[in-house]
Amino acid sequence: MQHLIILPVLLPLLTGVALLIHRGGALTLRRTANVLSTIALVVIGILLVADSTDDTIRYYALGDWQPPFGIILVLDRLSALMVLLTSLLALGSLLYACAGDDEQGSNFHGLFQLQLMGINGAFLTGDLFNLFVFFEVLLIASYALLMHGGGKARTHAGFHYVALNLLGSMLFLIALGILYGTMGTLNMADMSAVVTTLDTADLGLVKAGALLLLIVFGLKAAMLPLYFWLPRAYAAAPAPIAALFAIMTKVGIYSIIRVYTLIFGEQAGPLANLAQPWIWWLGLATLALGAVGVLSARDMRTQVAYLILVSVGTLLAGIGMHSEVALGSLLYYLIHTTLVSGGMFLLVDAIAQQRGKAGARIVQSRTLTQPATLGLMFFAGTIAMAGLPPLSGAFGKALLLQAATTAQQHWLWPILLGSGLASLIALSRTGSTIFWRASGEKTGITLGPLRVTGTLMLIGCAPLMVAFAGPITAFTQATAAQLLDRDAYVESIIARGDTGGDT
Amino acid sequence: MEALFATTTGILAASGLYLALRGRTFPVVVGLTLLSYAVNLFLFSTGGLTTDGAAVISDGAGKYADPLPQALVLTAIVIGFAMTAFSVILAMRVRGDVGSDHVNGNRVDEPREDKS
Repeated sequence: MQHLIILPVLLPLLTGVALLIHRGGALTLRRTANVLSTIALVVIGILLVADSTDDTIRYYALGDWQPPFGIILVLDRLSALMVLLTSLLALGSLLYACAGDDEQGSNFHGLFQLQLMGINGAFLTGDLFNLFVFFEVLLIASYALLMHGGGKARTHAGFHYVALNLLGSMLFLIALGILYGTMGTLNMADMSAVVTTLDTADLGLVKAGALLLLIVFGLKAAMLPLYFWLPRAYAAAPAPIAALFAIMTKVGIYSIIRVYTLIFGEQAGPLANLAQPWIWWLGLATLALGAVGVLSARDMRTQVAYLILVSVGTLLAGIGMHSEVALGSLLYYLIHTTLVSGGMFLLVDAIAQQRGKAGARIVQSRTLTQPATLGLMFFAGTIAMAGLPPLSGAFGKALLLQAATTAQQHWLWPILLGSGLASLIALSRTGSTIFWRASGEKTGITLGPLRVTGTLMLIGCAPLMVAFAGPITAFTQATAAQLLDRDAYVESIIARGDTGGDT
Repeated sequence: MEALFATTTGILAASGLYLALRGRTFPVVVGLTLLSYAVNLFLFSTGGLTTDGAAVISDGAGKYADPLPQALVLTAIVIGFAMTAFSVILAMRVRGDVGSDHVNGNRVDEPREDKS
C-alpha cells in the first residue's frame, strides 16, 4: 500500500486535532480514541517494518513533486524500526496514563497524539528542513506535556527546557542556512550526492554547518556538555510523559546516525566521517558522568533520568566506533533501553504512590502495599538496566563490547562495564532501601490493572527481546548494512545521477 | 548591501545572545526573540541577496531570486512567533508559581518590591 508511509504522521495529526476540538468530551471517549489511535499506530508500525524487510527503500512524494524538488518521506529499515518502537513505548505509557494521570491537566490526549506525530515525522522525513519542522512539532507538544499538571518544579524545569531548546532550534536554522547556501539543497539524498562535488573554498563552511548540526542533535540526545537539562526535566515530568520522553533522546541519536552516515559518511570525500571522533569521545564522557550521576541521585526519578544518560553515552560511543557491526549492536541496545527505561519511569512512579509522603526519595519509609509485584518488576528492571544476564541489557552490551576494535576496547570496556557496575550498585542500594528497610503501616493504595499492564508491557520487553534475540539482531544488522550502503539510498531516491543543486 | 545586511544580522545575534544569557526571565525572552530575528535574516540571505529578481517563473523576468530561502524563512518566522508567544506565557507562569523571575528561582538577590 503506497500511502502507508504517511499514515504514522497523518493519523496522530487527525486524532490529535479531533481530540483538541472535543476537549470537553467524555473522558472515556477521549481515552478510547487515544488508545485506539495508538494501537493503530502499532499495527502500522508492524506493517512498515514488514515492508522494509525486502531492503528496498521506498519514498512518498507529497503532492507528487519528485525529489530532490519536493518534500518526501522515506521508509527504510531504520525509520520503520523507530516508528514501531515509538508506538510501542507510547502504548505502554498511554495505558499507564489512562489510570488517572491524564486528568491532572487539560488536553493530555490531544497533545499526546501531536507529540507522536512530531516524533514519527522526524523519523520518516527525507528532508533536513522538514526534520527541523517535525522537531518543532514534537518540541512544542513536549513543552506542554512536560508541564502537564503544573506545580513549581515542573514550570521551573520547563522554562530551562524551553529556553535551551529554543536556542537549539536557532542553531539548527543557522546550520541549515549554511548548508543550503553552500550545497543548494536540503534533501538528504541529494545533499549526499552533492557533498562529493563541493568546491574546496566551501569545505570549511560545510564543515562548520555539519558540526553545528552535531551540537543541535547532541542537545536533543543529551550529549556531554549539553545534558544538564535532562535529569531535572525528566525527574519533574509526570511519569507517563517521562516514559514517552525516553524516545526523545533517541530522536537525537537517530538524527546523528542518519546525517553522519548518509550525508557525511564514508563517501563524503574530504568531509568523510567528520563527526565520528567527536561522538566517540563525547559519548564515552557522557557514559562516565552518567554513571557518577546514577550513584549520586537521591531521588528515584533522577536516578532513572541518569540511567537514560548512561544509555545515551553507550549509544553515542557505539556510533563513534563507526563499523557496521557496532551500528547493528547499538540498534539492538537502543530498542532495549528505550522500552525498559520507559518502563522504569512508570514503575518508579507506581512505587512512589504507595510510599505516602516519602514519594520517590530514596529514604526509609512505609511498607509498600504490593511489595512482591513491584519488587519483582524492580528486580527485572534493575537487571535489564544494569546489563546483567539473562535480560536484554546484557545482550546489547555484550554485542557492543564484541564489536569494538582492539584500540577501542581499551577505552570502551572499562568505562562501559564500570558504568554497568555503578548502575548495579546504585539500583541495589535503592531497591534495598525501598523494599527491605521499610516499616510502618501500609498506605493501602494499590496499582490498578491499567498501570500494571502499561508497566509490565514495557519492562516485559526485556525477557522478550532475549527470547527473540535472533530475529531482532538479524534485523538490526541488516539495518546497519543498509545504512552504510549510501549509494543504494541515493539511487532509490534520485533516479537520475546528475540532479544536483545550483553549485 | 551585503555589508549592511551582515552587520545588522551580527549585531542582532550578539545582542540576542547577551540578553539570553542574563539571569532574569524577561531579558532571556527578549534575547531569544532578537536571536530569532537574526536567524531569520540569516536564513533569508542564504540564497544570495538579489534585488528586482522574480521569485516565480514568469515571462520577461530576466533575473530570478532563489525562492526556497523565502519559503524556509516564512516557516521559521511562523514557528519562531509561536515559540516566543509560548515562552512569554511560560515566563509569566514561572513568575507566578516560583515567586521569582530569576531563571534559577533565586530570591536572595531580589530587591523587595515597594508595596506603597
